[in-house]
Amino acid sequence: MSNGRFIALACLVGAALVGASMFVTNEYYVFAAYFVLQYVVLATAWNILGGYVGYVNFGTTAFLAIGLYSAAALNKWLDLPIPVLIPIAGLLCGAVGLAMGYLTIRLRGVYFTIATLALSVVVQTFITNWEYVGGSRGLYVMRPSEIPVFGSYVAYLFFLMTVLAVAAVVTARVIERSTFGFGLAAIRDDETAAAASGVPVLRLKLIAAAVSGTFMGMAGAPLPFYLTYVEPTSSFSLAYTVNSVAMPLVGGTTSWLGPVIGAVLLGTMQQAMTVLISSSVNLLVVGVLLVIFVIAAPNGILGLIRSMGGKKADPEANPLAAMLVAEKRSSQ
Amino acid sequence: MGQFAGLLLDSIVSGILVGGFYAAMAVGISIAFGMLGISNIAHPALILLGSFIAYVLNSQFGLDPILIGVLATVPFYFLGTLLYSAYEFAFERRGTQLIRGLAFFFGLLFITEVGLQLIFGVDYRLVEAPYIGPSYNIGPVSLPVRMLIPFLASVLLLVGLQIFFARTFTGRAIMAVAQDKFALQLMGAAPVRVKRIAFGLSTATAAMAGAFLIILQPVEPSMGRDYIGRIFAICVLGGIGSLPGTFIAAVIVGVAESITATFYGPSWSPAIAFGFLLIALVVRPAGLFGRA
Repeated sequence: MSNGRFIALACLVGAALVGASMFVTNEYYVFAAYFVLQYVVLATAWNILGGYVGYVNFGTTAFLAIGLYSAAALNKWLDLPIPVLIPIAGLLCGAVGLAMGYLTIRLRGVYFTIATLALSVVVQTFITNWEYVGGSRGLYVMRPSEIPVFGSYVAYLFFLMTVLAVAAVVTARVIERSTFGFGLAAIRDDETAAAASGVPVLRLKLIAAAVSGTFMGMAGAPLPFYLTYVEPTSSFSLAYTVNSVAMPLVGGTTSWLGPVIGAVLLGTMQQAMTVLISSSVNLLVVGVLLVIFVIAAPNGILGLIRSMGGKKADPEANPLAAMLVAEKRSSQ
Repeated sequence: MGQFAGLLLDSIVSGILVGGFYAAMAVGISIAFGMLGISNIAHPALILLGSFIAYVLNSQFGLDPILIGVLATVPFYFLGTLLYSAYEFAFERRGTQLIRGLAFFFGLLFITEVGLQLIFGVDYRLVEAPYIGPSYNIGPVSLPVRMLIPFLASVLLLVGLQIFFARTFTGRAIMAVAQDKFALQLMGAAPVRVKRIAFGLSTATAAMAGAFLIILQPVEPSMGRDYIGRIFAICVLGGIGSLPGTFIAAVIVGVAESITATFYGPSWSPAIAFGFLLIALVVRPAGLFGRA
């Protein structure tokens, strides 16, 4: 499928979701669907760096919280609407991703991972000490209950998150099929070999880190309006991080479809279990699933499907060759 | 002596004491990450597990927390060998270590934390021992015994490990496996077996560090993750795999945090370790005492 067709299809699916949300009478379902879509964005964003390049980011919480708090603070200060807050939060987090990447990604990948883990602690320290957004007491965010066109405010938030999810998935897929994406996959498989073959390793890694951070930040911008009350402890919940890591790994990391499958499956499961059992049990289940999948099914659900179907290996099996082919094609 | 100097001296001394304890927390990572190349980010969660074992045995049977820590090293050693066997089977043998190995340990961290939360709730727990409470005062400097005991025990632990690594065959084999696995095989030692022992040792230190932690302060299950950045910062700063380096780096971080807490407020001190980590990674990734 060409990129154009894929974009059209993704927009159609998004429009169908938004359309369906307008006919749902019980607002809880829209609320729950927002939660799932937010994870589609986070898991896809994580996968652009984690799955495509192989650099593990354990700081999803930090990026999301920077997006969340920058939106909350700007809303309090200038009363900006969410569609303006989203790109601002995205830019900010893209810059943080780029800076983190520039400082640590040149070293072994594991240092980047440790730095991202530590980043959440630091960002939380700053937010807790930031009185303007309430410090550790938290901050109430006012939102109108009604909004033109969409009716309820939750439906409006759902629309915004659908747009973000479509944008994230389309970006992931376009990257995956581009020379840029083949370069990333080459780095993932063998960084030294990629560098020796002329892949601009550092530049590609930094772009991937920035794109990934941008989407995480954008996903955070509508969150204060969804929650209506933000405070550091729950904003920095490890649940965001563990989910955004578990979802791509459970779904499969080499394709855009993996994080989407993972987010829909695990996200829906958690919403159901939070209602039926308790929220700590469902986090335990996510942790256990993560461990089981990385041990028993390293290529996730997509890998399982592929091995069952007995399909021949995809072009990602040899990304360097795929990239050379693509470059040859474009130069002709 | 002026009030400022007294305050400074007091915060430096308590920083050194806490730093010694940080060394006990970091030494396990120093072994696993520095010598074996296994990024066990679940280590802080195992330390918390050690703290809660100390809590249960102390509150049920009134055992001394340090004694519990020493006793718990045995089951923790075997837990570590088991974890390593799983890790070796699932990741090292397949050669896809980094991303999935990290996710594996992150999953373990999360499971341990949520598991402890389900059993013990989110309340702070503490232990009772005769040395928790009294404090010596030397001029402006106060020496709380509950900080002194973990400090001394940590120093003993590190000295013991250093002697083990320098003097025994197994210890030297562990140091060797970090450098050249193939050469070690030629010398007649099995790398996987050596690494299993080393990883067992690394988790065994978590049992003791956990006991020290709950002597120093009340604990709750999600505390472990606050220590991840700090512990890795210490390991990187100290030079990967160097135990004396780990100790010195731990004391530096401890003193820096203590001074920050005294003069700027304790809510700022978590950012210190991260600053050290970034500076260390950017300026000198090999650490203060690294070989590279």
